[in-house]
Amino acid sequence: MAESAIKTTVPLAPKEGWWGRKERSLITDPLHMDNPITVQVLGVCSALAVTTLVKPALIMGISVVAVTGFSNLVISSLRNGIPKQIRMIVQLVVIAALVTIVELFLKAFSYDVWKQLSVFIGLIITNCIVMGRLEAYAMANKPWKSFLDGIGNGLGYAWILVAISAIREFFGRGALMGYKIVGPSSDFLINTKSSALLSWYQPNGLMVLPAAAMFLIGTIIWIQRSREAKLVDIS
Amino acid sequence: MELLNVFIRSAFIENMVLAYFLGMCSFLAVSKSVKTAIGLGVAVIFVLTITVPINWVIGELVLGPNGIFKMDLTFLRFILFIASIAATVQLVEMAVEKYSPSLYNALGIFLPLITVNCAILGAALFMVARSYNFSESMVYGIGSGIGWCLAIVLMAAIREKLRYSHVPAALRGLGIAFIITAFLGIAFMSLMGINPATYFAK
Repeated sequence: MAESAIKTTVPLAPKEGWWGRKERSLITDPLHMDNPITVQVLGVCSALAVTTLVKPALIMGISVVAVTGFSNLVISSLRNGIPKQIRMIVQLVVIAALVTIVELFLKAFSYDVWKQLSVFIGLIITNCIVMGRLEAYAMANKPWKSFLDGIGNGLGYAWILVAISAIREFFGRGALMGYKIVGPSSDFLINTKSSALLSWYQPNGLMVLPAAAMFLIGTIIWIQRSREAKLVDIS
Repeated sequence: MELLNVFIRSAFIENMVLAYFLGMCSFLAVSKSVKTAIGLGVAVIFVLTITVPINWVIGELVLGPNGIFKMDLTFLRFILFIASIAATVQLVEMAVEKYSPSLYNALGIFLPLITVNCAILGAALFMVARSYNFSESMVYGIGSGIGWCLAIVLMAAIREKLRYSHVPAALRGLGIAFIITAFLGIAFMSLMGINPATYFAK
């Protein structure tokens, strides 16, 4: 009798699942309400440089997802052993090692994309998303949650990248993923030259410039903030 | 003449922010007032002036095939470059704190943040990609630092004026900053075709 009474009064320890509501929100929040590019203003530089074509943007997005996820995991596992004074050097060395792995991987398996991205793969090291998430999340949280936070922020970055690059490639070159869709050309399955519906489009040179990406990010922020009043800058 | 050419190219024609869009995060985050923008700009000039030649020395004497190890260690470039940048920034921070506490207080958190400014690592990587020699890389560091500083001060001045203009609520702050930067970038493109070397030759 007494035993069962005790049992019922002891509060159950909060169950820490691998895939609870909290874990899911770590992935979904950065996609919209806490997006690294449009809300946190992290990782803007590379978003401008690699978004002229969809394919490099996609590969850049995947690389960043991998680097943010695993650097968060590593730093979060080491977080109690890193002295405060040299934490920046430790973090950067871990990030640089991961980026070097990604770079060598790309060089081996996708050489033309590696050449196209060139300096910008190296610049993932200084992509503020990676270091920003390490400082803001991984230094204070457990490895699994940090890993999910890294993946979520990487995905939030990647979808903006792919969206912008799709718009830029379509309007700037009349193509998607390297395949001509509109405009006078005959290098795809459909001969767009002969179809009056598709051949009238003239590619817009402005879209190829990096400035176009700034306009597009500005527009995405505008749309997002006019839908979500919470995000509007009051100052 | 060659050095002057490198300087003008790096400061104006190939401006880090407005032509290559590097160092954008701190450019957008710190350009709210001219005063802090000048502080960060000067710190960036300082760090670029020191780190680009240091990284040139590392690249040639440690990683290059003719360096002290007599082998091609270029795959270690990222790690060594970023470690030297982080160490330099940390050293600069300590020196400034010791010898000029007033400047240290004025810069505050922006000093350590320079480590993750892509313009710094970008300058080191561009220096390698364009195979500059030692004196050229020194001038390149100073020039691109000055270019970055000018750009952020320009942007901060525009944003201070913008406070009195009527911008749609959802576009205020970050959104309009992106769009202004795009216009500035287009304006800087007009410098692109200029080759200073031809003017000096005359």
